Amino acid sequence: MRTRTGTRIGQYAALLAYLVFLAFPLLWLLSTAFKSPRELGSLHPTWIPRHPTLDNFRQAFDEQPLLHAALNSLLAAAGAAVIAVLIATPLAYVIARRRTPLTRAATGWVVVSQAFPLVLVIIPLFLVLKNLRLIDSLFGLTLVYVVWALPFALWMLVGYVRAVPAEVEEAAAVDGAGRLRTLVSVVAPLLAPGITATGLFAFVTAWNEFFFALVLLKTAEKQTLPVVLTHFIGAEGVADLGPLAAAAFLATLPSLVVFAVIQRRITGGMLTGAVKN
Amino acid sequence: MTLASATRRPARSAPRAAGEGPLADRGAWFLVLPALIPILVLSVGPLLYGILLAFTDSQSGRTQATRWIGGLNFQDLLHDTLFWESFRIGLVWAVGVTVPQFLLALGLALLLDEDLKLRWLARALAIVPWAMPEVVVGIMWRLVYNPDAGVLNETLRDLGLGDGRDWLSGLGSALPAVIVVGVWAGLPQTTVALLAGLQNTPRELHEAAAVDGAGAWRRFRTVTWPALRPVALAITALNLIWNFNSFALVYVLTGGGPGGRTRLPMLFAYEEAFRYGQFGYAAAMGCVMVAVISVLLALFLAGRLRGGDDT
Repeated sequence: MRTRTGTRIGQYAALLAYLVFLAFPLLWLLSTAFKSPRELGSLHPTWIPRHPTLDNFRQAFDEQPLLHAALNSLLAAAGAAVIAVLIATPLAYVIARRRTPLTRAATGWVVVSQAFPLVLVIIPLFLVLKNLRLIDSLFGLTLVYVVWALPFALWMLVGYVRAVPAEVEEAAAVDGAGRLRTLVSVVAPLLAPGITATGLFAFVTAWNEFFFALVLLKTAEKQTLPVVLTHFIGAEGVADLGPLAAAAFLATLPSLVVFAVIQRRITGGMLTGAVKN
Repeated sequence: MTLASATRRPARSAPRAAGEGPLADRGAWFLVLPALIPILVLSVGPLLYGILLAFTDSQSGRTQATRWIGGLNFQDLLHDTLFWESFRIGLVWAVGVTVPQFLLALGLALLLDEDLKLRWLARALAIVPWAMPEVVVGIMWRLVYNPDAGVLNETLRDLGLGDGRDWLSGLGSALPAVIVVGVWAGLPQTTVALLAGLQNTPRELHEAAAVDGAGAWRRFRTVTWPALRPVALAITALNLIWNFNSFALVYVLTGGGPGGRTRLPMLFAYEEAFRYGQFGYAAAMGCVMVAVISVLLALFLAGRLRGGDDT
């Protein structure tokens, strides 16, 4: 019995260490966001702001067009999420139900695309979008996000489709439902929770994305939130810490909320996809 | 319609049956094309185009036509010591992040698999870095590392360990400092994958081994690890690739400085392409990166798979 208690204590100590490592940068971000400039300039920073203030938030909105950038991010991310699930769900259905050279190629692409170094894709992508006149355009960026979200979306959705027994469809067919009817009114409702989770995940990935936005958007008014956040940091690496922390904190909130909602489903979906493939 | 679907039904009830064409029936094309076209235009196409670009002198904003120059870019690259230095840094970064990431994630996953009290909090916290924008992770750690207003130096001062330093601008400390951030940022995904793998291990086997008097380490080695191996291999391989290709985190933290000490290959190629406009040369760098990483990964996976007695 004695050793068991010892093990437990060790486990709790380890867990506590993990909690500290994971949490302390987050708490520091929060703490910095509520400190006054004078306090930030003092040599002995404290965990809890001595005079908590909301000035940093006001100043953040004054310094950079945060709202406009958030709107751009929202448009690109929501657009990408909707288009991605709309086009990925049918393909995922075919991959899950058929085995043909084409579906195998699609599965291969899902795997290989994970290994794409972005640098090899970004230059040609830049040139292709330029020719399509979609460079420096939110719509162009949205399309890039769609394709970028597809591998993971397909991976998840194939798992969800496989979880729907083929017998359900057969029964619908026996009852006289056509192929499209079966898909729309029988399969789709069963997939709805999975489709929602996948779409929300695509939303978060796009909302957080930085590299494509940095390269593909040039006009200031079109830039997305992550790119605008980096503008708080000056050329020499000098930053106004308070507003920077405040803006960074605000930009994270949507991702956190959405992620909290879908977390269980995403981890579950990853597993089903992994096991069945 | 009823008749048509009835005749097609056998194909559907036997999903594994090989189709007669690229797809078993025409209706499926209608389902596949909406995704296939963007994939071809914006993913497969650019990738192939990128490989071709590596053999040209393509530059941004040039009026002359782009010419084929064969392997000239690669020849130049061979003698580009700055690139290989960056490549070396990239490998140090990728391995330096992936290995601790895996070990820490394994520890955390094992803890979360136990019936501990604060598990819910750890689970919630472990998800946060995954949900955060990489740019915010970078900004947050800049605040931690800040020489004056940062918590790291303040803690060191409190503990009487000296005045601390400017972590991100120190020639020696910059790379280790960004590696710590990389580990922090990637910990959740690895933990979640390993935890999922752990929950697939046979419980009964575990209990049986415990009854037989096998200690915790023996149980881990003989029961848990064999079941976990496939997941562990897959996530480690993916982590290596992802980390080698990472960009935003270091871009925000150091921008590649000081003196190029944290200039990962992605940052190098980005500057070459979009600051200096050398598209062809940067594409060649991309090709070299893919090639070397593929070879390393193949070696890693082959070695691991051969080393295994089962699975």
